[in-house]
Amino acid sequence: MATTTYLEAGTIRDTSRPETLRFSLLVRVTHWLNTISFVALVISGFGILLAHPRFYWGETGGLGTPSILDLPLPFMLGGPSGWGRYMHFQAAWLCVLTGLLYAISGLMSQHFRRNLWPAKGQLSWNSLRGEIWDRLRFKKPAAEEAYGYSVLQRLSYLAVVFFLFPLMIWTGMAMSPAITSVFPFFVRSSGGYETARTLHFFAANLLVLFVLVHVAMVCLAGFVQRTRAMITGRVSGGRVQP
Amino acid sequence: MSAHVSRRKLLTTGLTAAAGVTGLGAAAKIANHFGLIPPDWGGIWGPGETLTYATQRLLMASGSLAREFNRSEISKVVPVSGPQPKTDPYQRLLAGGFADWRLTVDGLVARPSTFSLAEIKRMPAKTQITHQACEEGWSFIAEWTGVPLAYVMNLVGVSEKAKFAVFWPFDGSWDSLDLPDAFHAQTFLAYNLNGADLPADHGAPLRVRVARQLGYKSVKFLSRITVTDSLKHVGDGKGSIQPAFGYSWYAGI
Repeated sequence: MATTTYLEAGTIRDTSRPETLRFSLLVRVTHWLNTISFVALVISGFGILLAHPRFYWGETGGLGTPSILDLPLPFMLGGPSGWGRYMHFQAAWLCVLTGLLYAISGLMSQHFRRNLWPAKGQLSWNSLRGEIWDRLRFKKPAAEEAYGYSVLQRLSYLAVVFFLFPLMIWTGMAMSPAITSVFPFFVRSSGGYETARTLHFFAANLLVLFVLVHVAMVCLAGFVQRTRAMITGRVSGGRVQP
Repeated sequence: MSAHVSRRKLLTTGLTAAAGVTGLGAAAKIANHFGLIPPDWGGIWGPGETLTYATQRLLMASGSLAREFNRSEISKVVPVSGPQPKTDPYQRLLAGGFADWRLTVDGLVARPSTFSLAEIKRMPAKTQITHQACEEGWSFIAEWTGVPLAYVMNLVGVSEKAKFAVFWPFDGSWDSLDLPDAFHAQTFLAYNLNGADLPADHGAPLRVRVARQLGYKSVKFLSRITVTDSLKHVGDGKGSIQPAFGYSWYAGI
């Protein structure tokens, strides 16, 4: 396994090096496997949603009972929820297995602590305010940011890895009558079957929002350069000025 | 030298591949022996479906019980999914109050039998309040009364070779359960919903109730149960009419 030397953000000094290994092989492979599975999960999840685009709170709910959200979508029966479910679980296996590999290796290699936990000073009010302001003005990220993660990146990645994905898995488990017969705490802690379904939907929306912002930021920073870095693991340093 | 190395490499690769395929084949055989391969294991969704089924079967090996609820939690609305068959013989039997209806149990059993509704109602009854979710996403909690399927299975004497129970309803569909689910403590043949005779649209006179799977596995309008060791030659071999419409045979989710 390729070992990675991550550089702390803000400590970049030696920019004369033509190439720097930015992403480890494991991060790159799990990133793209996760991309495939996430796209499949969103498509199939939408297919399943179309069978009943209505949400409830508590254990039960259906037509004729009060809902908390009615999406302006048609009820499509006997179609997309069938292949959607087959596809959803196949993709979920890929997503969970690569996610576990990523999370365990990230913990063991201290990737999360060293590269994703906000660095010293990053959480100060001034630094956060500047960062948020830059993002809101769509300011192109500084070139040295190609070598590390900015504080907003760190916080959102941590939220996705340690909150949203576990919440998706937790609420997903809560919707399985087979799983909850063995582990009823999944559904009890979720607040009931229909609440779990509703939370699953809202968390999925937040993940889609994250991906949209993520892709927008990649485009802003330079789509070709950043995508190449996530494929080859290397940032070409030629254009980086000290 | 390089030719030698590449030949050796080729040989090693070939042997590894052969061992891999043999290993996979052996693993599949063992998994099948322990009932970990679903009948709809083929096709592009087969790997995910097989992983899910095998994992859940292993997790649930101890006969885990689905959650049960209090009377106060029973839903006021019990939605109808798939109304009663409009054709004979169902309509004729319904008109006659199911007096002429019989449940046939056959296949790999010691004593193939038929039972009238009155005979089934005289069997040891069981009542449970469980949650049922439809694959579409809606759900309800209801009280069901019926006879445990295991009781009927033991009455007819299921062969040791048996692996599945196939259900034939009056609505032209069909489905099946593996024996762990067929013999599960919460699987039963229900004739009563929320304290009243099962309404026609909810599956009268008798329906299956499977607490650990989605609603569509709880076959309604039951007519016949066939015990078998293989689903290969039943219908299109996928264990249920559902895969033909894109729905998985196993619905523990």
